[in-house]
Amino acid sequence: MSLTNAEHGPAGASAPVDLEESRRHRRQSVEKIARWTLPAFVLLAMLFLWDRIVVWNEIPHYILPSPGNVWESLTTDWPILFDAALLTGRVTLMALALAVIGGAGLAILFNQSRMIEMSFYPYAVILQVTPVVSIAPLIFIYVSSKTVGMLLCAWIVAFFPVLSSTTLGLNSVDHNLRDLFRIYGASRWQRLWMLQLPSALPYFLGGLKIAGGLSLIGAVVAELVAGTGGVGAGLAFRIQEAGYRLNIARMFAALGLVAMMGVMIFAALSLFSHFMLRKWHESALKRET
Amino acid sequence: MPPAPLPPLGQRPEILRMEGVNKTFRGNVVALNGMTLGVGQGDFISLLGPSGCGKSTALRLIAGLMQPTTGRIRWTEAQSQGDLGVVFQEPTLMPWATVAQNVWLPFRLRGESYASVRDRVEEVLKLVGLEKFRAAYPRELSGGMKMRVSIARAMVTRPKLILMDEPFAALDEITRFKLNNDLLEMKAAIGCTVIFVTHSVFESVFLSDRIVVMAARPGRVSAELTVDAPYPRHEDFRTSAEYAARCRAASDALHTAMELAA
Ligand SMILES: Nc1ncnc2c1ncn2[C@@H]1O[C@H](COP(=O)(O)OP(=O)(O)OP(=O)(O)O)[C@@H](O)[C@H]1O
Ligand SMILES: [Mg+2]
Repeated sequence: MSLTNAEHGPAGASAPVDLEESRRHRRQSVEKIARWTLPAFVLLAMLFLWDRIVVWNEIPHYILPSPGNVWESLTTDWPILFDAALLTGRVTLMALALAVIGGAGLAILFNQSRMIEMSFYPYAVILQVTPVVSIAPLIFIYVSSKTVGMLLCAWIVAFFPVLSSTTLGLNSVDHNLRDLFRIYGASRWQRLWMLQLPSALPYFLGGLKIAGGLSLIGAVVAELVAGTGGVGAGLAFRIQEAGYRLNIARMFAALGLVAMMGVMIFAALSLFSHFMLRKWHESALKRET
Repeated sequence: MPPAPLPPLGQRPEILRMEGVNKTFRGNVVALNGMTLGVGQGDFISLLGPSGCGKSTALRLIAGLMQPTTGRIRWTEAQSQGDLGVVFQEPTLMPWATVAQNVWLPFRLRGESYASVRDRVEEVLKLVGLEKFRAAYPRELSGGMKMRVSIARAMVTRPKLILMDEPFAALDEITRFKLNNDLLEMKAAIGCTVIFVTHSVFESVFLSDRIVVMAARPGRVSAELTVDAPYPRHEDFRTSAEYAARCRAASDALHTAMELAA
């Protein structure tokens, strides 16, 4: 088939491309455009539909605001919402940083001592499986600082994926490489630093992506439980407050911001992960399929 | 400085000796039963035998990755256990490190900086023909190239003894022949001793001057052959009548060993 195609292909300098190959190429470029345009189109269609439903049914804005109302709220309430987003964002990022330090640190500690791992791992699991909403009120009884309390809540939710994926990574060293290090008389420290940590990196980064989303969830839950006072109000509090005041447009606006933050965190961590692995890891390899 | 010419077989000083080595795994799996083998300085020894006859086990015992159940392995003053290089069946490279960094590893683990051993790394990369790929990552290399890096890493410290466990088994025949030739050149260049595990009669005859044929269940030495064709051996050795005769002899010995087990 490719032979006949080559005969009919354009004569001259350019190499003939077989039909299958050119079809694949076309499909790829179409997909590349569609990846962005299709979701954007769906968004526009949804907004239009939403707007029409509100207008045609004359739904009052305190029940369902139109997209225009939400946009208006976003711009007029921007100072309030932006401050709130900053606060939630700060707690989220700090909790994520602590989750990384705590999760990876615990993983390394567990990896170095089986006894410590056996003693404490079950409690890490228990902490993880207990819903944070039920722990949070207790935390705010004993922790006087709101910020510390919120951090603690967000940390509890976020550290476990880092811990478990890093632990898995530290134990997934190629056994031949492990033997090689042994033959060359590597010390425990050399083995950790030069073999186990690099092996664990892709696993750790996978856990980190999950932890990013979870720390936002933790921060929002903590805010809802803690209420305001002292530290100012975050996005979750603004959502709650707007709900009490039947300011539904602002609720939507704040919700949009929370979703946006989640997306940004995920995108940033994905980019970071790609950057860390692009040189050597198979997952960062672009292959034509 | 080129290494001194090798004395003929049988007149080489012994650098290590396995003496009545037994290895029994849990569940009474006897992997090795009374294996005795003296290794002379500069020998190229092939361990040839069917699957499961304990070739890898013998190599791991010599590498110190495990201890014999009974019997012992004696090292001489000329050869300490720490002074060896290993090549596994898989290239076993660190994917996050470049070719040069992978080859640097044995030095790095001894605490030597890259700058202080750069010449040695460059030299051995040239020996395996990969000096242009020093900055490449393993995923960018073909299977044969990865194996060359692995060999370079084993040779970079110029160890007196190199252990190889079916290093070329996963490669195509053309690449394997090429690497066989190169391996002989490299061995001559650094003047080391090689213990080489293989399934291939042809490979063992081409490469080695001693072929130790092993039998399975329990694993033991069933015969030893010498191939006294002189080195350097080149591609034309593969087509010589002597090579064909040696291969037939080795093949017969292997069949005898397999019947012994059956
Ligand atoms: N760690 C282990 N635990 C239990 N049994 C083992 C272990 N390693 C090897 N064995 C057993 O010892 C025997 C010899 O194994 P070994 O790997 O040395 O064989 P081999 O000659 O290298 O085989 P192959 O050519 O397939 O690599 C086998 O029966 C194997 O099942
Ligand atoms: Mg084996």
